[in-house]
Amino acid sequence: MNARKNQSAGGLALQLFLLLLLLVGLGALVGSEGFAGLQIQADFSLITDIRLPRTLGACLAGALLGLAGALAQGLFRNPLADPYLLGSASGASLGVAIGMVLLSQLNMSPWFMRMGITGMAFMGAWLAVALSLVLSWGVQHTLRLLLAGVVVGVVFGAMASLLLIMFPQIQGSVQSFMLGSTAYVGWSACGLMLAVLVVSWLVSVAASPLLDGLALGESTALSLGLPVKSLRWLMLAVLALCTAAAVAQTGLIAFVGLAAPHLVRGRVKAVHGKTLSLSCLMGAVLLGGADLLARGLMAPLELPVGVLTAILGGGYMLFLMRGMSTKSVGQAGGRS
Amino acid sequence: MRCALRLACKWMGGVWVFWASLLPLTLMAQNALTPQASSPFSLTDDRGRVVVIDKAPQRIITLLPSLGEIVCELQACERLVGVDRYSNWPERVKTLPQLGGIDDTHLEALVKLKPDLVLLARSSRVTQRLESMGITVVALEPQNQEDMRRVIQLIAGALHLPQPQDRALTLWQSIQQKLDAAALRVPAKAKGMRIYFEAGSGYFAAGEASYIGETLKRLGLVNVVTPSMGAFPQVNPESVVKANPQIIFMGQRTATDLKNRPGWQRIEAISQQRICAFTPAQSDIIVRSGPRIPEAADLMVACLKRMFPE
Repeated sequence: MNARKNQSAGGLALQLFLLLLLLVGLGALVGSEGFAGLQIQADFSLITDIRLPRTLGACLAGALLGLAGALAQGLFRNPLADPYLLGSASGASLGVAIGMVLLSQLNMSPWFMRMGITGMAFMGAWLAVALSLVLSWGVQHTLRLLLAGVVVGVVFGAMASLLLIMFPQIQGSVQSFMLGSTAYVGWSACGLMLAVLVVSWLVSVAASPLLDGLALGESTALSLGLPVKSLRWLMLAVLALCTAAAVAQTGLIAFVGLAAPHLVRGRVKAVHGKTLSLSCLMGAVLLGGADLLARGLMAPLELPVGVLTAILGGGYMLFLMRGMSTKSVGQAGGRS
Repeated sequence: MRCALRLACKWMGGVWVFWASLLPLTLMAQNALTPQASSPFSLTDDRGRVVVIDKAPQRIITLLPSLGEIVCELQACERLVGVDRYSNWPERVKTLPQLGGIDDTHLEALVKLKPDLVLLARSSRVTQRLESMGITVVALEPQNQEDMRRVIQLIAGALHLPQPQDRALTLWQSIQQKLDAAALRVPAKAKGMRIYFEAGSGYFAAGEASYIGETLKRLGLVNVVTPSMGAFPQVNPESVVKANPQIIFMGQRTATDLKNRPGWQRIEAISQQRICAFTPAQSDIIVRSGPRIPEAADLMVACLKRMFPE
């Protein structure tokens, strides 16, 4: 285990990248008949129209969640932090529920038709984070921000549940959104997520010295001359953007954002700039792999991808934990 | 000068009106000569989207049981190539590939069937994906019985059936006649009784505003869930006790705990054993807003007859 822990960041990045390429390749080959149907003679448009965008989409969403998770854990200095901790999950659910209710009424305004359910999920996630920030009076107090996030999450979740009870016909749709799915990702969604990922990755890597500083304590970060407050705002904005973009396209996918940074830190010791990028790759591999298994395991039936990410990521994390001494688990928490 | 002009205009107008009045006649003549299938049919679906269907679709997929049932009742069942998981009527539908539900449609399996028309629900998740792949998608969801007439007409048109309006009207009228016939068979004692229809566990009721409520009303029963409460509202159990229904309709599964509900023993329907518990197969027929509404009405009447033997 120790040998693994000292693996170089570049080596891990290369491994993950190769794994990712393999996943995308396999993703193009595994169709509705599962692993048995591994032949390219299948209709070519099926590959370009359905399999490729969904595989790439899964990887991109995973990368976004991995990045968001690493940001959240760094910002809040809490190993339990995940991308959804500022209420964006409940916000997105509420947005979807409202969207579904509007969709089930006959008279819809044209602007809503254009925005659709993904737009509503995106807006909901954003609104929840914004509300958490307003309620905590800014970003200075981490604990206050976390508590505000919990409150917003609970209230928005309750409102979404209320809508579900008032309009039982939307129950199935909202529930399947909450489990997450990569099955209906198209090229436009891929493009959107890619754009968000590139921007967020660049910004967060550029601002990553803040996370390194924060890891040593707030006062140390300030004494290093870092513009802590403005960088925090920036990182929170990136966190919200990544989460909202992923959630809007694929629903609430569990555990990728939480597990990816841990899996990276379990193998590599590096500055945040590197772990952020590695978390991206790790998230992409996790969700890409889960998507592949979701399609292939019980084909032609599809498993909800969120269930698989939980089993995959959780299983691997338990495996890592066994290898670590209690001390190093504590260290991982303290460092993040 | 002005006057002359006006005269000219009037004359021209007269000619215009004359020709315009001939137009429908010439159109009708054209219809009689050329099969209507060649002209594109355009419709506004339930998303408010205008969809143009150029020629008669031959490979149709329906992702809502009631839509498949309408297609089959319009005698176009042989054009279906795939259905959703819940479709189970008529027999032919059971042999077709099943493509999942509204929220988990198997996209790839669907596209592989190369459909030229997909009929689905408004909230279906694949709509945008299918459209981006150039597949014609029409979202239709009959909300009530009057609405079904519109949906049947639109589907008949979309299928490019010969004389679509006549066929749609015939189907619609036969549904109405069967409903009237069912209403006539309701035992006299049952007429005017208060009824509570539990559509789902958790006190979800079928209100008077729902299509089930419409059938109940037609059978001469009085729904305790008023239209203002919505189509399928979740009701307060106490309010049901207060309304004291004389008959209860519900699914078999939830019927078992009926007596254990606090205070419900006082309800007349329960103390008098006037409860209709429908089997899952029967519930399938009753909860669908499709052309089998008369069958649903027959099931209800049959139960009422057992309740009030004459």
